[in-house]
Parts: sequence; C-alpha cells; structure tokens
Amino acid sequence: MKPPRFSYARPETLEEALALLSDGEANVLAGGMSLAAMLNMRLAAPELVIDINRLPDCDTITADGDAVHTPCLVRQADALKDASVPLFALALPHVGHMQTRNRGTLCGSVAHADPSAEVPLCLTALGGQVELASRNGTRRVAAEEFFEGLLSTVREPDEMVTALIWPKAETGTGHGFAEIAQRRGDFALAAVAAWARLDGDIVEVGFALGGVEDRPRLFRPGASGMPATESTARELATAAVAELDAMSDHQANAAFRRHLGVEMATRALCDAFAGATP
Amino acid sequence: MKRIAADERVMISLTVNGRRRAGHATPRMLLSDFLRHEVGLPGTHVGCEHGVCGACTILIDGRAERSCLTFAVQAEGREIVTIEGHADAGTLNDLQQAFSEHGALQCGYCTPGVLASCVQFLAEIPEPDEAAVRDMLSGHICRCTGYVGMVRAVLDVAAKRVSNR
Repeated sequence: MKPPRFSYARPETLEEALALLSDGEANVLAGGMSLAAMLNMRLAAPELVIDINRLPDCDTITADGDAVHTPCLVRQADALKDASVPLFALALPHVGHMQTRNRGTLCGSVAHADPSAEVPLCLTALGGQVELASRNGTRRVAAEEFFEGLLSTVREPDEMVTALIWPKAETGTGHGFAEIAQRRGDFALAAVAAWARLDGDIVEVGFALGGVEDRPRLFRPGASGMPATESTARELATAAVAELDAMSDHQANAAFRRHLGVEMATRALCDAFAGATP
Repeated sequence: MKRIAADERVMISLTVNGRRRAGHATPRMLLSDFLRHEVGLPGTHVGCEHGVCGACTILIDGRAERSCLTFAVQAEGREIVTIEGHADAGTLNDLQQAFSEHGALQCGYCTPGVLASCVQFLAEIPEPDEAAVRDMLSGHICRCTGYVGMVRAVLDVAAKRVSNR
C-alpha cells in the first residue's frame, strides 16, 4: 500500500531534530525498515516525519575505556563488520536480510522495540544502555528497563534514541547466539543471546531471551561454580523460561514458544561456554 | 533544514544510472514509484511494498536497498542504479547473461531486484560459497525458479570473474 500523507523535515543538526520532536506528533525516520513499512501498511500516521539521515557524525562506532558507542545512524550492515562487540557478528546476520541491514540502524531497531528483534535482545543480554536526548537534556536508561512491551518503551514522545552503549566484555568472555524463525530473516519465534566467563567452571553467566515474551528478558543466574556443561545450560534455560509469560500467535502457541526458548537458550549458553577462555 | 508540507510537490534531483535526473514528489511518494512514474524507468518492480519481497531492490550509493521503504524526498542528491543501468541498451552484462543461461528467471518479476543484490554481493564477496549466495538471495522472493538457477548463475559469474582477473 501507499503511506498516508505526512509532512517531512530533514534537520541538519541534532538540536534541530530535537526541537521538531518537542513541537508535536512526529516520528523519527532513520533507516525506515520498520517505520516506512508501518507507514505503507498504515499502521503509523504521524503528522510529521523527521528524517535524521543527514545528521553529521552519527554513523561511526566509537569506543572508550569500558564501552562501545553506536550512534543513531550506525547501519546494521556496518556493525556486522565491526569486531568491537562480539555479539554483532553472531546476531546481526539474523536481522532481516542484507538488503535491509544496509539501511536499517541499530538504534532504530531498539526504538521500534519489536519483541523478537535481535538488537534489543543483545543490548539487554550485555547489560547495555540506551541514550535518549530531548531539548531538556540527555539521559541513559538500562536496556533491561527500556523495553516495556510490544513496540513500547520508556522513551518520551519528545525524546530520540541517540546512541546505544555496549559494555566491553572482560577478556576471555565467551558469547553465543541462537535463533529459530520460519524462514531466514523472519521474525524470531525464539532467540537467545548469551555470554559466560569460566575458570574451568562457571564464574559468571548472563543471557537474554527474545521472541517468547513481549520484550527481551535478562537472566543473570547465580551459577558460579557450576560445571560449564550442556546439562547446566539446559537447567539454567529451563528455569529462565519457566518465569516467562509466553506469547501465542498464528506461528507458535505459548507452550511451543517456551519449548523453543529452552532449546535456543541451551544452544546459546553452550556456545558461550565453548567460546570462553579462562 | 529542508521542510516539505504534506501536499507540497517539490523537485527532486538525483543521479540515476549515471545521468542527472529530476522529478516531482510529495513527501509520501515512495522512491520506487518516483523511479517508475516520474523518472520513467519501469524496470524497478513493486511487489509487497513493505520490504519483504525484494522486487523493488535497487542500488543506492552502491548498496542494495529497498526502494519501497525509501521516500523519494530522501533520495535528493543520491546515486541510484536501477536495472536499466546494469548494461547498455540491448546488451547483457555477465550476470544477466548467466541468469539467462542457467534458467535463473522465468516470469522475471523478481529479477531486477535480485540482480541489484548480486552486484553488491559479488563486489564485497568475490568468491562466495553456496551458503553465502543463498543467504543473500533470502532477501528476495521468487515464486518461479526455486532459486537453484540463481545460485548456479551467481557462482558461475564469480568463478569466471576470478579466472579472468
């Protein structure tokens, strides 16, 4: 279908963009891989679309001492080639297709907050943060608290997601990612991003489950001293999924989604164990 | 800052297939429709119009992207290559020739989009394996061929380009 009528603005500075956002009902257009589709299907009908694609200096991944920053115009395809966050190479191939990753942004995926999306899942698993800016200032929200449910976040209407902050992993941390979808690039029925630190046995482990509940959910089980085996992975996965209020839809009912969640979490944790070095 | 009212028709200038072109668009006009109806290049096909089928894929600044998820007003000043720009009129480039030889198309509706993806893919990955080709093709829906001919065509072109280096 064709999109509804909307006015268009293409700010050249972040200040201009934030001023427009504070003015009234508007949507921010970055890659447009979610917003343009929603406009075409008439699921969104903003008065104003704010095209941020020509904001300067927002497309480069930077790193400081303990974190990697991905500003609002870092495309998924470019992040995929970046080694600074090990989960990118594992998870981003599952985000849409090459042709949508070329344009889709990391921040856009987080702002859109689809429950099955991989970028929100990875940010949650790693304990990352979302940077939000408005005319009144900038704040950072932990990913775990940012997502409120289906396409719903704590972002205020006058705020824009300006960057994601990815904590750097300690040396030796292993990472794993597992996803199941009906076709390559489709929405995940269940997806899991995991990391682990070992000293032979488990020192610390974290993982997030996506696609099962209406938002990504973080788990940090007290598993210190447990053996880094498949049976431990399955035990942690089963305990986590038992806490989830699984969604049902035409693709998978809640029981099947929980089953898939356990399997994906087991696989992702095993991969994280295998990738960890003492 | 550029601002365009909802009903305002503005002139959009961009480069299409190496030539400066211009046309009119309101903010809601999709780039796919702009190329077909304003620029007069109907080789860019329109399928699902929500980014899933891949028929409208074109090269924007060298990257294969969905023209149905891009608004014409966003393309101001960009370099675009549509299927009409892949080879001189009346001739086929090596990819098109291989698609013909390997039966990589039947009705041809998905083909302009598929070829845009193949151009970027082979530029970035000159020696792909079958799994990588299939992953790239996963961004396109073809209801005729079952993709086998496309996979063979892409691998054939890759092998020939490498041996011709």
